[in-house]
Amino acid sequence: MNCLNTYLIIGAALFSIGLLGVLQRRNLIGMLIAVELMLNGANVNFMAFNRFLAPEPTVGQIITLFVMGLAAAEAAIGLSIILALFRRLHSINIERAQQLRG
Amino acid sequence: MELRCRSHSQTRAEQVVGLKNVSQEGIFMNPLATDSLAQIAFWIVVGLTFGGASLAVFPRNILYNVLGLALALAGVAGLYLYLGSFFIALMQLLIYVGAITISIVFAIMLSRPLHLEVPRREVPKVAMAIAASLVFFLGAVGVCFKTSWVPAPDRSADWSVTAIGHMLLTRYDLVFEVISLVLLVAIIGAVVTAGFTRRLSS
Repeated sequence: MNCLNTYLIIGAALFSIGLLGVLQRRNLIGMLIAVELMLNGANVNFMAFNRFLAPEPTVGQIITLFVMGLAAAEAAIGLSIILALFRRLHSINIERAQQLRG
Repeated sequence: MELRCRSHSQTRAEQVVGLKNVSQEGIFMNPLATDSLAQIAFWIVVGLTFGGASLAVFPRNILYNVLGLALALAGVAGLYLYLGSFFIALMQLLIYVGAITISIVFAIMLSRPLHLEVPRREVPKVAMAIAASLVFFLGAVGVCFKTSWVPAPDRSADWSVTAIGHMLLTRYDLVFEVISLVLLVAIIGAVVTAGFTRRLSS
């Protein structure tokens, strides 16, 4: 519990589960959820290094806040793109979104 | 500001000391018991996180995925508590569980009907995805164990929110401005993207 490697492994496992979700899902919202999981794995890593190694504990927390803000922006943009795609294609399955295919 | 910082850290230290005293003086609680209790709670939080994460990825019903995501994010907030930052745990609950999950639920409501049958997954694709993520996980764990992590020589112990705010307005003010700009552009972009297509389609 008070060991850096525990948190690093938890972060890596969260990131891997998110990667699995991005690779196997075909639902765009499902992929967005998996990307959120990946961002959280990275955040756990930042906070673990901040707790155990960093010279100043504020820096890791600021980075984590920054990533959270980026995740919020990404969710807003992604969801609006999903809505636009659904209105155009009547589906959010990414295998239907092939209009740009050459 | 210096004084306030110091008082914050002092009260924090006093709280910790007081907690230890209580646990030492308590009749039923000796320090070993509180330690093992904290350990058990930690592993429960980790279990919640991974249960939520697998619930967010594996079921094919998108509503279960969102609920699993909320569970996993709450578990990560608990991990932040164990990592010593109450503020970040609170922000995690507020931003992720409170805002992002709800907006995903809105997108689900607005996009596809839930009663439609979801197509089955192809087995080779799932197998390849599992193999790829397993390779990444094993590589990351190998890096964790191969590296000898060295803590910084002199580490400050100022975990207060005041220090974070001070840093955000002095040394890391670029971060503050950039994230504000990114959020503004994202909001305008989201409105434009969702609004223009509606005008085109109707």
